[in-house]
Amino acid sequence: MAWAQSFGGLGSKAADEFATPQRNFVFDFPADHGAHPDYRIEWWYLTANLEDPAGVQYGLQWTLFRTAVAPGEEEGWLSPQVWFAHAAVTTPEAHFSTERFARGGIGQAGVTVEPFLAWIDEWRLEGPDMNSLSVQAASPDFAFDMDLRATGPLVFHGENGFSQKSAEGQASYYYSQPFYKISGTFNLPEGDIPVTGTAWLDREWSSQPLSDDQKGWDWFSLSFEDGEKMMGFQLRQSDGSYYSSATWIDANGETQSYPDGAFMAEPLEETRVAGRDIPIRWRVRLSDRDLDAEVLALTPKAWMDVSIPYWEGPVGISGSHSGRGYLEMTGYQ
Amino acid sequence: MTNTILRALLSYWWRSPLQLFTFLMGLALATGLWSGVQAINSEARASYDAAAATLGEGQFDQLVPRTGDRIPQSVYIDLRRAAWLVSPVLDVTYKGVRFVGIDPLTTPTQMSFSSDAGFSLEDTDLILGNAKVASVLEGFVDVTIDKSIPPGIAIADIGVVQRLFKRSDLSRLMILPEQPIRRPDLVEIAPELVVQPSQQIADVAALTDSFHLNLTAFGFLSFAVGLFIVHSTIGLAFEQRRGMIRTLRSLGVPLSNLLSLIIVEMGLLVLVGAVLGILMGYTIAALLLPDVAATVEGLYGARVSGTLSLRPEWWLSGIGLAFLGAGMALAVRIWQIMQMPLLSAVQPRAWAIASAKRIRGIAILGMILLGFSGLLALIGTGLGQAFALIGFLLIGSALVLPWLTIKLLDFAPGKGVVTSWFWADTRQQMPGLSLALIALLLAVSANIGVSTMVSSFRVTFVSFLDQRLAPELFIRVDEEKTASALEKYLLERELEVLPLLTVERPVVGQPAKLYGVRVGRTYRESWQFLGADPDVWDQVAKGEAVIVNEQLARRNNLWVADEVDIAPGLNIPIAAVVGDYGNPQGQVVMGELLFRKLYPNAVATSFGIRTTDTANLRKAIQSDLEVPDSGIINQASIKSMSLEVFERTFAVTAALNILTLGVAGFAMLMSLLTLAGMRTPQLAPVWALGLTRTRLGVLELARALGLSLIVFICAIPLGLALAWALLNFVNVEAFGWQLPMFFFPADYAFLGGLAILATLIAAAWPAFQMVRKPPAALLKVFSNER
Repeated sequence: MAWAQSFGGLGSKAADEFATPQRNFVFDFPADHGAHPDYRIEWWYLTANLEDPAGVQYGLQWTLFRTAVAPGEEEGWLSPQVWFAHAAVTTPEAHFSTERFARGGIGQAGVTVEPFLAWIDEWRLEGPDMNSLSVQAASPDFAFDMDLRATGPLVFHGENGFSQKSAEGQASYYYSQPFYKISGTFNLPEGDIPVTGTAWLDREWSSQPLSDDQKGWDWFSLSFEDGEKMMGFQLRQSDGSYYSSATWIDANGETQSYPDGAFMAEPLEETRVAGRDIPIRWRVRLSDRDLDAEVLALTPKAWMDVSIPYWEGPVGISGSHSGRGYLEMTGYQ
Repeated sequence: MTNTILRALLSYWWRSPLQLFTFLMGLALATGLWSGVQAINSEARASYDAAAATLGEGQFDQLVPRTGDRIPQSVYIDLRRAAWLVSPVLDVTYKGVRFVGIDPLTTPTQMSFSSDAGFSLEDTDLILGNAKVASVLEGFVDVTIDKSIPPGIAIADIGVVQRLFKRSDLSRLMILPEQPIRRPDLVEIAPELVVQPSQQIADVAALTDSFHLNLTAFGFLSFAVGLFIVHSTIGLAFEQRRGMIRTLRSLGVPLSNLLSLIIVEMGLLVLVGAVLGILMGYTIAALLLPDVAATVEGLYGARVSGTLSLRPEWWLSGIGLAFLGAGMALAVRIWQIMQMPLLSAVQPRAWAIASAKRIRGIAILGMILLGFSGLLALIGTGLGQAFALIGFLLIGSALVLPWLTIKLLDFAPGKGVVTSWFWADTRQQMPGLSLALIALLLAVSANIGVSTMVSSFRVTFVSFLDQRLAPELFIRVDEEKTASALEKYLLERELEVLPLLTVERPVVGQPAKLYGVRVGRTYRESWQFLGADPDVWDQVAKGEAVIVNEQLARRNNLWVADEVDIAPGLNIPIAAVVGDYGNPQGQVVMGELLFRKLYPNAVATSFGIRTTDTANLRKAIQSDLEVPDSGIINQASIKSMSLEVFERTFAVTAALNILTLGVAGFAMLMSLLTLAGMRTPQLAPVWALGLTRTRLGVLELARALGLSLIVFICAIPLGLALAWALLNFVNVEAFGWQLPMFFFPADYAFLGGLAILATLIAAAWPAFQMVRKPPAALLKVFSNER
């Protein structure tokens, strides 16, 4: 998502040639788990809240991004598709992040659907289908291997997966699998650490997700102790106002979408991270669900020091609801 | 009042504009020579750095094929998908331009998408190169001009280069410095590739460094000569204004005011001179740079940009030099002014007596330095110590020179009043002239040393060419098919055919060229070795041994009977070491059969042919086999081409030699002018005793001639010692080869002539001034000096 923000205006001269998301779209699975090269950007975005046997909390991120210079696909180096990936592990004391790059068309990165495989270099998110996956990544500092089992259905944001991003109508196709149980091993400088927890996979693609006056966004994926979940984001606009959106997900996967203005997130405390002021404590509200809680970063250090840097890390929730989740913040200068 | 004093000080320059000119020229020459050499040096270095940064050459380890020069693209994907973070490169040479295809997304060099170096995600069709490359490729492809791209190179997306040359494979893979944990071994993924460590390529840079050492040595020489000039130039300005300073002080100008104004005045003049010098240095550098580029390219294959830019590091150092030299000279003079009693007259004789002791002390220091130099010659190793040896030698000799000259003057011939006076007067002038004489000594001996080295090199090189280019004709063909047809055709005519098989691969961890040769009469007769087994060619023919060149032998300390690895897991004894000049790379020569077994894909595309009828054979081959004329080269033209490369290699050295000599002549002029002003009081009595002004003028010239002869005589042994040190220490350390030393008396005589001519020209003006001096000026001495 961070990436979308930075590349939102990329290649505007070819913008007309890309496909744009439409209302009343009918998803076709498993094909739609794969790539949509006619759209400018797309991602397979996995985040997880984990715990070791001693109760120490961790965060994990594995994301494969696709961007296109022009719509469509061609063989070899002529391919207009470019792939990026980020991986990160957050501990209470430290944050490790790394990135990879690949050209499309040569086999260095891509996504197949049956069986499912999303890869870049040796990093893989794969399984017979989306309900049963394994994920792995490595960097000079860390590595992880995890298994994922879905315990609930896919959920669709906005209007059945058509997720509006601005009053002018910018939108994306957006669905999630928020019901993964995850377990596996971190390989960190201090040694191997077995962990278990919950994971959340976001799938999103579009061609121009942000409008010109939007500076960045704050995105929350929250899992409450009662089994309910919420996805909420607000896009910060240059006039100081926000465009917000949220999806409430009950324990069996039933969803309710909320339009602009229903979800509110208000920064309570900023910390200096990587030379920028980053809000690491938030008040989040969704009055229709009596949600009024505080969201606090596990560690402020969760700065993704990659080519297009942003903040992304695990959070704890307290107040009207309690639980854990993930927070992503982009566009902070 | 300040204004008045400053005007009085400056009025001196208005009255003698010629001296203003020489003052500024002296400073400008010193600064110019130094900054010119610095400019050449830093420009050449910047070119390499640019090449290293943009191409990543020498910076990153690489994966290269064990055999051949191609890597299938699928191997690249396999490696990436097995956690080997590598970036592909495809090298193709076309029309003398090296196309380097890279993947800007994964490259560890500066040419990535995320940099400003020209590539963008949307415009991957871009081909970048400098203006010359763009003009060479005009009509073939459009090149976007980017000055930061090293000369002779076109950089493009790897896909563009593949499409352009219909390739689907890669040449090499750069290994990124950061690799993930849990990476499998290379043999499990791509056993056909080997890791080539970065320092192997960096060794080429080490060789180019030796060229820079040459230039740096010249830089220091010009720095030293420059300091002398600045020193004597300032000295001149003060000597000639002693009277004025005394008058100003007598009129009541406070010492502190006078001194600060002198410092301001000198500072301004030094600044003007230094700026002029930098412009001059820029011109020198611009004139010499094409030769430097040719040198570096000819010797090492590295390319230097032919254009010059004003870099702060060298113009700042030039101004720094001028101020340093001026500051030192000024400090001495100001100290003298402060010590000078208000109304004291100049007393050269007393000064000279005091200096005699100092000259002896300095000579002792010089001898100690010469002792160090001798010690280093016996026990020293390494390039740094070789240069220290030369430094001690030059500085030590310079310090001994004034004392030695005075001692030599004791043996001066002739009796009679005038002769005795002449020699005594010459001795008395030694303190004033010693700096100029030292500058001349350094310039002449550097000339002798470097020209001995270059000429020795040349003699050896020519006989080496005779050896290596024994076949009368060389034929180059492009295709394997033509090659075999040609070989068959020549064998049918019962000619001795010498196919040349070659492949590049690392030997003992360093890049080297492997040759496969057909052992026959030619090789047996024409090759001479530095050391060899008696049956060397038999062993080579049977594939039991190889011949290595001196560079490889010396670098790895591998000599006859030692073993060398020429293929993975194959070590083979060395049967001979052959001298190989002008080539930094290691070479291994083996028999044709062994070569074909090790490198079955290599094809001989060059052939040497022994024939007595060069012209007819050439015609026959052209008409019968349709080999283009450009593919057939005769020995003579190759030899002249090689010699041309050689001559250009040392053109820079020669040019700098002439420059240093000219500058030394200028230093002499400055010193003589300084003395001429001081000496009027001493010459006046001699004139009054009956020596005519013309006679005095001629004697002045004779003195300059005599002194320069002495300097020249001292310069010969010093120059030869310098040449010996260069040939036996610097060459071996820097280039990896030792050369026999030859002597060239005619060259030395010519150089001596030049040095004497330079001195005479320098002495001519003061002598002429003497001749034209109005008798009134000489008579005045008696009225107002003593």
